[in-house]
Amino acid sequence: MKYFYVGATPEVERVAFEAVRDRMTAELGVAVKELPLPGVEFAFDAARGQFRSTEVLEMLVRHCPADGWKLLALTERDLFVPVLTFVFGQAQLAGRVAVVSLARLRQEFYGLAPNREVLLERAAKEALHETGHTFGLVHCADRSCAMSLATNVRHIDEKQDAWCGACAGQLHRALGAMG
Amino acid sequence: MKSHWQILVVDDEEVMCESLAAWLREDGYHVDTAASGREAVEKAEQRDYAIYFVDLKMPGGMDGIETMMQIRRRHGEASIIIITAYATVDTAITAMKEGAQEYIVKPCNPEEISLLVSRIIKVKNLQRENAILRKKLSRQYRVGDVIGKSPKMQEILALADEVSSLRSTVLIQGESGTGKEIVARAVHYSGDRRAKPFVAVSCAALAETLLESELFGHEKGAFTGAAQQKQGKFEMADGGTIFLDEIGDISPKLQVDLLRVLQDRSFYRVGGSEEVKVDVRVIAATNVNLRQAVADGKFREDLFYRLNVIEIRIPPLRERREDIPLLAAHFVEKISHELGRAVDDITEGGLKALMAYDWPGNVRELENAVERAIVTCRTRALTEDDFSFLVKNPASAQPLAIPAGMSIQEMEKVLIAETLRRTGGNIMESANTLGIDRSTLYEKIKRYEIPR
Repeated sequence: MKYFYVGATPEVERVAFEAVRDRMTAELGVAVKELPLPGVEFAFDAARGQFRSTEVLEMLVRHCPADGWKLLALTERDLFVPVLTFVFGQAQLAGRVAVVSLARLRQEFYGLAPNREVLLERAAKEALHETGHTFGLVHCADRSCAMSLATNVRHIDEKQDAWCGACAGQLHRALGAMG
Repeated sequence: MKSHWQILVVDDEEVMCESLAAWLREDGYHVDTAASGREAVEKAEQRDYAIYFVDLKMPGGMDGIETMMQIRRRHGEASIIIITAYATVDTAITAMKEGAQEYIVKPCNPEEISLLVSRIIKVKNLQRENAILRKKLSRQYRVGDVIGKSPKMQEILALADEVSSLRSTVLIQGESGTGKEIVARAVHYSGDRRAKPFVAVSCAALAETLLESELFGHEKGAFTGAAQQKQGKFEMADGGTIFLDEIGDISPKLQVDLLRVLQDRSFYRVGGSEEVKVDVRVIAATNVNLRQAVADGKFREDLFYRLNVIEIRIPPLRERREDIPLLAAHFVEKISHELGRAVDDITEGGLKALMAYDWPGNVRELENAVERAIVTCRTRALTEDDFSFLVKNPASAQPLAIPAGMSIQEMEKVLIAETLRRTGGNIMESANTLGIDRSTLYEKIKRYEIPR
């Protein structure tokens, strides 16, 4: 039996972690297990003041349990890949691990008053998005689908916290293969 | 469909290369990577990528600019985006001069790359669609596809084929409706210029000043209403062919301007002082006797000889009746398909009616007659009865009934439509009958939306 794992680095608030875990359980309809994760300070890039996303993914691969089919991690750290100024998250396409950063999903990142409801909704959408990539889904042209590309929070707010019919179908076929 | 498009990311830093490739793969593209300029060129030899992301600073003797130039030599149409961490105006200018489509500085905003790639792919999709349409068009208009088995038409088509790859000016003479534009297109699409534009202009349809601006374009502020600089048809046809229909109708001033274009292959936009050079093949057509117009002093002799380098005279349909069955069968198939009707043949009686008619409006009138017959036909084959409207001699047609209560405009519309019908769509004959000039007639046809 293989499990879908949801993990969080130590600084992530429990409420955010639970919201994402519950959303994934409801959406996937499979057993979801929790996994405590270490901090990602090793991936800190002093020149940019951000964390190297690809190194975080490598750490997740090492931490993914043997019975882990997929591992989705949450972190508060602001992630980047070298060629881009930031990423909201990163996944191994058709692979095992994915990470979502909550840093730029928070209203306060943009100088606005904190709003937990908005944060949790954005986190759920990005969790679905990165998880979709681990199932081999690529960006969807349907702007309301969770798999549509978001390059700013406005895009995230515009989409639904659900996959469109076509993406959900592809994902559930992959889930079926999991047995 | 993004997956059709392949992207090559070239960067000596593996982490940079892989992170961009991974990000683009998530967007649905097929992405390859290369760790050096040499590897990129090798990969470009094996595969034609739609977009190349090339890092500017790479070791090993081949930097981004050199890599780009080598790729360009193999794939002139490739879109190359130079990426660099060293943003200086100089390198940006060099990259753009050497043909880079864009220049971005890493780390870049994800939105910037996303917009850039989608914009390039959009253009690529349009270019591909355009290429497919061009292919279809050229197939449709090649000399071999022009219908006509009569010796006269065979002779014309052989000449059209022979001259298709030359740049010499062609003058096509023939009555209205004989298919002058079709022959002009056949010349264009059978020659070396087939991949370039074919631009048709009806010189009789516009007043002198409008035609001048239409042909040569105008500068911003050249005249009232010229809010923007506008390209003329000669510029649009650069590299290809311009088809000047009804050339006999152009004013003396335009005759001079046209002569200059034919002599120097250059012109000035209206209101402009900068000389515009073009490589355009000119095919002109007329339904008036230009030699006679020259003799009457209405058409410049020097322009006539410039235009008349290769002369193609298309005979009227009544002089090549043997083409009628072939043309009629072609129109039946084409129009039935367009109208979604099940008509697929013409009976012997139907053909007899077509052969007996004089066709003053030539092939265009035949096409209109077949369409009218298909619309009213109740069987699969067009009979003599379906063409009963042809029996009347146009000259002895019944007078027009004008009901009381009709406005002058409505009356004018009916009169023009009826005159066009009686002349088989022949503009010159209709204009003569109505006592107006051709540009006025065109303007009224357009205003009243009268089908021809």
